Amino acid sequence: MAGQSRMLGWAKLVSLIVAMMLFIFPFLLLITNSFKANQAITSDPLGLPASFQWDNYVSAFDKMGYMSAFGNSLLITVAGVLLIALLAAMTAHYFVRHKSKLNQYLFFLMVAAMIIPFQAIMIPLVKIYGSLGMLDNKWSLIYMYIGFGSPLAVFIYHGFIKSIPLELEEAALMDGCGRVQTFFRIVLPVLLPTSVTITVLNVLWIWNDFLLPSLVLTSSEQRTLPLSTFYFYGTYTVDYGPLMAGLVLTLLPVLIVYLFAQKYIIQGVMQGSIK
Amino acid sequence: MLTEKGLWTRLRTRLIFTGPTLLAFATVMIIPFLYGIYLTFTDWDGIAVTQNLVGWDNYIGVFKDTVFWKSFGMTLEYVFITVVLTNAVAFLLAYAVTRGMKAQGWFRAGFFLPNLVGGIVLGFIWQFIFNQVLVFAGQKMNLPLFGASWLADPDKAFWALVVVTVWQYAGYMMVIYIAGLMNVPKDVMEAASIDGASNRRMLARIVLPLMVPSFIVCIFLSLQRGFMVYDLNVSLTSGGPFKSTEMVSMHVYEQAFLARDYGLGQAEAFVLFILVATITLLQVYFSKKLEVEA
Repeated sequence: MAGQSRMLGWAKLVSLIVAMMLFIFPFLLLITNSFKANQAITSDPLGLPASFQWDNYVSAFDKMGYMSAFGNSLLITVAGVLLIALLAAMTAHYFVRHKSKLNQYLFFLMVAAMIIPFQAIMIPLVKIYGSLGMLDNKWSLIYMYIGFGSPLAVFIYHGFIKSIPLELEEAALMDGCGRVQTFFRIVLPVLLPTSVTITVLNVLWIWNDFLLPSLVLTSSEQRTLPLSTFYFYGTYTVDYGPLMAGLVLTLLPVLIVYLFAQKYIIQGVMQGSIK
Repeated sequence: MLTEKGLWTRLRTRLIFTGPTLLAFATVMIIPFLYGIYLTFTDWDGIAVTQNLVGWDNYIGVFKDTVFWKSFGMTLEYVFITVVLTNAVAFLLAYAVTRGMKAQGWFRAGFFLPNLVGGIVLGFIWQFIFNQVLVFAGQKMNLPLFGASWLADPDKAFWALVVVTVWQYAGYMMVIYIAGLMNVPKDVMEAASIDGASNRRMLARIVLPLMVPSFIVCIFLSLQRGFMVYDLNVSLTSGGPFKSTEMVSMHVYEQAFLARDYGLGQAEAFVLFILVATITLLQVYFSKKLEVEA
């Protein structure tokens, strides 16, 4: 009986390890091939590199305009995520603490709008912002992320703020704090766990987004990492070495962050789904 | 409650707290959405300064566009298959990594890995795997299934998209199922186990019914992602070979931005919105009816 269940335990562990290999093998293949010469990649894609071709990385780094793309992605993601988190927290707080018919309608409108697919908006969006001369600008893109990202963020904050006792804020107001001061000193710190969730969900979305930046950012200096990867891949489809290196370079920042913040990222996704 | 004296003070507080968010929300989502409905009645080509009203022509055009309906049908098939497979795999993975073994954190992290990477990059990685690695392995080991690239065969290219989608999203849905599994009350499980219920019976009678909210969330998310698939479609197959894997989202993009028919493209996008909204609302409505209390 005990032997049988131990066998079963081993079988489960082995199948988990096999499943895990299926999930990470593509990344391992990418990394090993990024160090190989083009000929070695096509003749034996499974083999380990015989000698390390750092040239692949040098050429990918240059031709992708890596530094510029990385800088653009970083600015857009950081500014977008911080602004979404802050502004949505303020809005959700106001909606919860001022229960008027108008606020209920506004909140309902935001929640309902979450069902609108991006494809139904992209064409008029390009037309409107194009005619205002606001395309090809990182700050327009950040502004759009606030518009698209705030409904979900307001919704998640709204659920959490309802559970915070009102007495905390009333005490601060009694002591002479203004509304804004009360929010920043009392409410925002309490919202920290929810803000982590919002940050994780929005970083995963904005950092990797392709379609919206491809519509908004037209010149090559404005490109984000996914955009420059796309154009790089389009122009060098025959030269596998630099291509693999380019993909690794795009992955690298994410992998480094994941190594340190893995627990928060998985927890953030988990929390985001419960609310 | 928290009310202030004076109309001006109240208005100022409202503007500070909700102004920026509502401005961005209205000008990025609501106005373009409404303007988009107007555009479906025009013949705008993307360049002309003015556009003419053409009545219902674009909607008639949508019904006549056989390529749109072909890609819509294929998208439905793709959504159905990926929703079922993604959620089945995700639930199995979640069930396997919540049983209290030592390395389960590592397994979770590994299964979640693809979700950190955008569809564009994942599509390119898998393009390499389908075109080079699997063909190489197929020829070496004499596996006819992988003898030629899947991406060159219209039917297999569809399945390539399915495989990568399931691989990408299973880890994300797994995380949501883990949260659901951890919320199943321990005392209910213990009581059942004292009453002599087998593992399988507990799964069928207790765990699965209590997990309905997680299934609703996951099916909702995988439905939405399935209908909107674009990045992966572009980078893995670019809709090929011969447009055989052009999903509806990619078709709308091509219709508007490449064929320069914005009115028709927008009308197709709007038809897509109506259909997706109906399907997701029906799904949420019917699955809410299945929910039980612990």
